[in-house]
Amino acid sequence: MTISPLLEANGVAKNYGAVAALKNASLSLLPGEVHALMGANGAGKSTLVKILTGAISANAGKILVRGQERDIRSPAKARLAGLVPVYQEPSLIPDLDVLSNLRLTRTPVEPFRNWVRELGVPDLDLRETARDVPLAIQRVLDLARALAVEPDVLLLDEMTAALPANLAERVLDVVKGQSRTGRSVIFISHRFVEIAALCDRATVLRDGETVGVVDIEAGVEERIVELMLGARIEKQRVALKKAAEEAAAPTGSTRIAVRNLKVGTKLQDVSFDLRDGEVAGVVALEGQGQDELFAALAGSIAPDAGTIEVDGQGVRFHHPADAIAAGLAYVPGDRTEALAMQQSVRENIALPFSAAFRNWGPIARRRENATVQSAIERLQIDTRAQREVQRLSGGNQQKVTIARWIAADARTLLCFDPTRGIDVGTKQEIYKLLRQLASQGKSVLFYTSELEEIQLACDRAIVIFGGRVVDILPVEIADEPALTRAAYGLPRDSKAEVGILADIQAPEARP
Amino acid sequence: MMRHLRQQGWIAGLVVLFVLLFISAKLIQPSYGAGDFGSLARAALPFAFAVAAQTVVVIAGGIDLSVAAMMAVTSVTAAALMAGASPEFALLVVPFVLLMGFSLGALNGILIVVTRVPDIVVTLATLFMLQGAALLILPAPGGGSAEWLRSLIVGTVPLPALPDNVTAWFPKALLLLVVLLGIVWIPLKRSRLGLSIYAIGSNELAAFRSGVPVARTKILAYAFGGLFGAMGGLALTMSTGIGAPIPGPYLMASVAAVVLGGVVLGGGKGGLLGPIIAVFVLRLARTVLTLLAIDPNVTAIVEGTILVAVVMFGAFIALRSRPA
Repeated sequence: MTISPLLEANGVAKNYGAVAALKNASLSLLPGEVHALMGANGAGKSTLVKILTGAISANAGKILVRGQERDIRSPAKARLAGLVPVYQEPSLIPDLDVLSNLRLTRTPVEPFRNWVRELGVPDLDLRETARDVPLAIQRVLDLARALAVEPDVLLLDEMTAALPANLAERVLDVVKGQSRTGRSVIFISHRFVEIAALCDRATVLRDGETVGVVDIEAGVEERIVELMLGARIEKQRVALKKAAEEAAAPTGSTRIAVRNLKVGTKLQDVSFDLRDGEVAGVVALEGQGQDELFAALAGSIAPDAGTIEVDGQGVRFHHPADAIAAGLAYVPGDRTEALAMQQSVRENIALPFSAAFRNWGPIARRRENATVQSAIERLQIDTRAQREVQRLSGGNQQKVTIARWIAADARTLLCFDPTRGIDVGTKQEIYKLLRQLASQGKSVLFYTSELEEIQLACDRAIVIFGGRVVDILPVEIADEPALTRAAYGLPRDSKAEVGILADIQAPEARP
Repeated sequence: MMRHLRQQGWIAGLVVLFVLLFISAKLIQPSYGAGDFGSLARAALPFAFAVAAQTVVVIAGGIDLSVAAMMAVTSVTAAALMAGASPEFALLVVPFVLLMGFSLGALNGILIVVTRVPDIVVTLATLFMLQGAALLILPAPGGGSAEWLRSLIVGTVPLPALPDNVTAWFPKALLLLVVLLGIVWIPLKRSRLGLSIYAIGSNELAAFRSGVPVARTKILAYAFGGLFGAMGGLALTMSTGIGAPIPGPYLMASVAAVVLGGVVLGGGKGGLLGPIIAVFVLRLARTVLTLLAIDPNVTAIVEGTILVAVVMFGAFIALRSRPA
């Protein structure tokens, strides 16, 4: 190839104490290229991006920009070198208004405004405090701010993960536009669809090392997954496995019965049953009341109307402890909401059962250790960095949040998008685990923003739109097109008579 | 937008509180008037500087326990240097002492940044060190102050266009306070440094990733705290004419006024105006209680109650006005 790379990284390594986050990562980025950075969680993608943009410094390795070796030791220096990131977490200063945030990073305002409009947010008040801007919009502002300084290399770490579909689409368009003007983009995403639509090449990391660079072409997914997982290739579709179990699985008794639940303005009127031994999927577009539904079931907000029954008994949760006592455990998508980040894996897993009031007093170490150990083994949590949970990768952190409820033997798990930003391998493990739990007679309510997960892990899909249950689909027909239609509030079969709408209401009407 | 309104609302509330307290003082003692306002301003002066010092540091997300000790050491240094010296010499003493405060504040910041020891521990340590140093310089209250310095805060501002009974309401101490704070604070607030101070207090990681030099900004925030502390020390010497090695309850008062003034202890929020008005509210509340001939110990209890009540009330209002 005659074109010289715009950005090159060779032999980059980063250690946190004894733990090597990166061992030998390399990357070569050509001008005008959209380059995917792929790898299982904990493979070191985010670490590499942070090193390239000066947020953390590497222990070894060389970074060359346009063939010149550069010492990128701070975000400010990285910006000077033309490397501008959008990290996984929003990076606006929460207490400053948008305009001050721009001033802080010396971002020109007019180009920023144009990009914001381009990205599909027409009415932004620059005087609004960043804290009051919705999360998805904050991500868009982060991107617009990066674009406005016209970077040579834009680094996007899981940019689309928290975005609703319409905004994500605009983002992809804009990224594509960047490459047409000769700028380069490093793009991290777990969504193959986006990678396929957008990227020219992909660098695959595994356990902190670059294990391959591939051209993106039809059918390359298998090769990438192979590279990412290395020897650990286990491709199984849970749905298929489940089909075999289906015959044996008895329909359990009703575990949770929700009737006409209303919470705030978002959740209007929701009724459904969750049975023992089932994984029920919940599907909804952003902000259709699913957050409120889970919060009400987890006991963190009180419903305004309607009832929740657990095992046939009406309950009123005043505190998450009430829900936990009833065996309902909440697993949030945002790990930081659930974990004590500076505590160890053991403490985090032991917290729910050791902190129960009746257990105050000396902790029975041996029993605690045994329970924790079995949960760790069951979920295959990587415990190399177990002293502090914050040093674990996102996927391993999510495993810890689930492990604690398995250790506490909760009968019902309320999983809210538990696979957000997690690699394919860990996702598979989580689906398998949920199925296992169901086969042991536990029940799971599983909200997901990735529709293909429904058929991989669930028994049926409850679709919520505008704060109401609009459809409940059996898993056989809950493929992505069907779910998408339902999630937008469209009736199941548009060609059918209007009468079908009555059918949709039926599950609510039934006692 | 909302934040602006809330901020202004908070300040307006404090002003209303001040006016109410003033009216009650007038009701209790009808002769209470301009002269008393002047002495209130004079008494509030060192407090106000202590609060300004604390405010800058708290906005940057820190806390400075060494405020009072900083005032002590700068106060005795000024008094010791000026004792028996010519008035012209005092012209040199003032910038020297201000520079000293700035450097000692910067030292606080450097220790916090370099050693990574928590701010509360570092400034507790410097509290002891500065306090000890102050007692070494002047074991007992003493020293002196140039006459022209003292006259800066005595009396009222002569405004020829206005009659005496109006100028009586403009004590020189208040003018000095407004000028000195304004000279430092307004340019600071409008600079990128000021923005950076708010940024690191709001979210240090996000600030770092936005390219803010976090360490430098933090050191400068403490340095400005030290500068205001030195102004407070000078104000002590100016108002008493001597140096005070044991300064008084300025540390607790500074934290109280910062909180009452609408600055969030977590950092990133608030301004300087609120805490300064809060100082006057707290001082006036004390005066009213004294006029009522209430036991000074009970006065302290009442002050504490006011503090909690006002902050709770503010949180309640904020909660109610938040969009659902």
